[in-house]
Amino acid sequence: MYNKKKRGKTLLFTALFTLLIIELTGCSSGENNVTTGNREGILHWGNGTDPQELDPHIVTGIPEHHILTALLEGLVAKNPATLEPIPAVAKTWQISDDGKTYTFQLRRNAVWSNGDPVTARDFAWSWWRALQPALGNQYAYMLFPIKNSEAYAKGEIDDFSQVGVKVIDNHTLKVELTHATPYFLQLLDHYSMFPVHRATIEKFGKPDERGSLWTRPGNFVGNGPFTLKEWQLFKRVTVIKNPNYWDADKVKLNGINFHPIENVTTEERMFRSGQLHHTASIPIDKVAVYKKDKPHQLLTHPYLGNYFYRINTKLPHLSDKRVRRALAMSINSQQITEQVTKGGEVPAHTFTPPDTLGYTAKSAFEFNPEKARELLAEAGYPNGKNFPVTELLYNTSEGHRKIAVAIQQMWNQYLGVNIILNNQDWKVYLDSVTNGDYSIARAGWIGDYVDPNTFLDMWVKDGGNNGTGWSNPRYDELILKLAPKTKDRNERYKLMAEAEAILLEDMPIIPIYIYNSKSLVHPSLKGLQPNILNYVLYKNLSLDPSLSGVKLN
Amino acid sequence: MFRFILSRLLQAIPVLLVVITATFFLVRAAPGGPFSAEKAVPPEVIKALEAQYKLDQPMWQQYVSYLNDLAHGDFGPSFRYPGRTVDELISGGLPITAELALYAMLVALIIGVSAGVFAALKPNTPQDYVPMSAAMVGICMPSFLMGPLLVLIFGIWLEWLPVSGWGDLPGDKILPAITLGSGYAAFLARLSRGGMLEIMSQDYIRTARAKGLPEWVVVLKHGLRGGLIPVVAFLGPAFAGLLSGSFVVETIFQIPGLGRFYVQAAFNRDYTMILGTTVFFATLIILFNLLSDIIAVWINPKLRHQIQEGQ
Repeated sequence: MYNKKKRGKTLLFTALFTLLIIELTGCSSGENNVTTGNREGILHWGNGTDPQELDPHIVTGIPEHHILTALLEGLVAKNPATLEPIPAVAKTWQISDDGKTYTFQLRRNAVWSNGDPVTARDFAWSWWRALQPALGNQYAYMLFPIKNSEAYAKGEIDDFSQVGVKVIDNHTLKVELTHATPYFLQLLDHYSMFPVHRATIEKFGKPDERGSLWTRPGNFVGNGPFTLKEWQLFKRVTVIKNPNYWDADKVKLNGINFHPIENVTTEERMFRSGQLHHTASIPIDKVAVYKKDKPHQLLTHPYLGNYFYRINTKLPHLSDKRVRRALAMSINSQQITEQVTKGGEVPAHTFTPPDTLGYTAKSAFEFNPEKARELLAEAGYPNGKNFPVTELLYNTSEGHRKIAVAIQQMWNQYLGVNIILNNQDWKVYLDSVTNGDYSIARAGWIGDYVDPNTFLDMWVKDGGNNGTGWSNPRYDELILKLAPKTKDRNERYKLMAEAEAILLEDMPIIPIYIYNSKSLVHPSLKGLQPNILNYVLYKNLSLDPSLSGVKLN
Repeated sequence: MFRFILSRLLQAIPVLLVVITATFFLVRAAPGGPFSAEKAVPPEVIKALEAQYKLDQPMWQQYVSYLNDLAHGDFGPSFRYPGRTVDELISGGLPITAELALYAMLVALIIGVSAGVFAALKPNTPQDYVPMSAAMVGICMPSFLMGPLLVLIFGIWLEWLPVSGWGDLPGDKILPAITLGSGYAAFLARLSRGGMLEIMSQDYIRTARAKGLPEWVVVLKHGLRGGLIPVVAFLGPAFAGLLSGSFVVETIFQIPGLGRFYVQAAFNRDYTMILGTTVFFATLIILFNLLSDIIAVWINPKLRHQIQEGQ
């Protein structure tokens, strides 16, 4: 009896142990994602943080942007090489002479993934939805160039027929703007202006209900080159080719796996073992290694963003322009990009990145420690004597810390001032900056669209993203009143440049460098065209199976 | 025994209440709200969002309605993922984390106990020093070092095992299980060595040997039973620790488990998600501690006797 029981136990343990080994090792083939993906036409894309939602009128992030440009399509798209607008759902469009009226002709073969035609009515309804206050759309302001849309979103008027969106017929949409907005076509490619499928949304809830189930796999109806197949939090979002898409013949991929990976080191390891075709980023200390050993796998190019420091001009000693200029002029930004960040960033001497759709502001300051010392002495702090305690705030991150330490040393070396470093968790840091509870704070700004306006309209008096307490009446007049009224691009850029000169003369901010986009790309991924927006037209991408076996180590 | 369990369960209620209350007010006291973002959010949008998640109500009202929902088993909606409830998120991540914790526990038991017993057989000889020094290294090496190191060796250099994922590629569960289990293996090794040393010097072991039993029977049949009592007592808290402490391993290996949800929720100020996971983990820890106490009583005649006398 005893022995029988014992044998039973042993058997049970052996069985369990075998099961464990089988479960741990699995039984399928040991091929990596890249090889399988190349054979099956499935792209594996490192996509940064986990997407919050897939509703274009709710989301705010870059990872969501990537997924949504695969799932949905606006009236126009962009040529990834030049960023000029190209036809998408709209086949053609006309702009009136005063630049205020746009008429779009929608293509008749554009359909939703369930076969319904995409009509002008869909766009009008989608934009109506995007402006509903209850939806909590943080990017509603992208629609504000449209006449009366801002008043409608803020509840000042409640008649949507006063908003400048008119459905002429099923395939013609007329849009009226408040001012001629030269970058309006650019905005149409932002997810906040993407169309959504009305019947689907109404099936799963009210139009302005946040987080109804319409965005779940099986429910989602889109009009883009791909359609939603699977969405597992923290694991992957899978999209597959949409056979109903009007340009489906040109779509080369059969699907895309978007992998949410918040840790860049993990992402780099996944790339090295052939699990990803493309990474969202690369750890700073790996850039040099790839540059030296595997330069063809590293893709770097300028990015439409500025890394800068905000100065709290409400503090007595920082309200003095000379002090702010002295601080700016004693930062050797070239040294920072070459020895600290080392990712091919460009030292910034303007706020708007150079050549933003043909606009380049004149740089108004340079690295000049002697002049900086003079300015500081004039302001009453010779050799940094009696300079009040000043704190440099940044959100906790190794990269920001390295830069802050370098700048702290420069200020000490060139000006003799002592700055205290302080780091805070992201949300605490946001709170401190919003409440003006800082002296100098690290910041970054990524343009929403390719136009200097996205960099300059934030510095107007009490602008939501200003945060420095600085304002200038002439600046506000140029940005809010004069520039929007111009008809000619050059004339407008001239006014913008005048405004930016005022900003850089007063220096409520210190531009440090222009961001550089850095990612790892597997050689088998073809058709990727780098641009300053990191904009990807997924239908152009393809995979070459003959390059699956490229050595990654 | 029944009274013992019942009284422990009743004691758990005030503990949970304190955990809920402290967490509820602490997360709300932390600077930065769930809806703040780098690009300023318009005030009317913030207002609409706060109304939707009832954050515009007075704090005590929010607290009472949270307790009420909780009593009905409803953890509330997640702030970070519109349309997803905390219940849904926890039940999505839990099976994966539990599976990981289970494998890690098996790894820890197999390696830890055999190393500990092995070392205890010849105390203060190289057979003792070598595994115990290795255990010391294991205890000291944090998983954020152990994980990448294992990945580098077995994933990237040798290319034997996948570097990430969970259930996608063959063998992708091995490295996470070893990484998470190794720290506990080291601890278990020390525990079982200590337990075995104590037992092996007992009279009944000498009796067993005197009866002429072979040494392996003495060790496995008579020694282990008493020697592993400290190990068993540690298993409950260890399993709870593995469940709630898998965050680092989940991040290193891209595993969609509960640990990642938990830590990301704190960064995102996802109030309900932080609360939900905290309450959930607190309950788990209480339960596992209770469970290991019950098992300890069950296998240790001395304790069993004490409880019966107490009754």
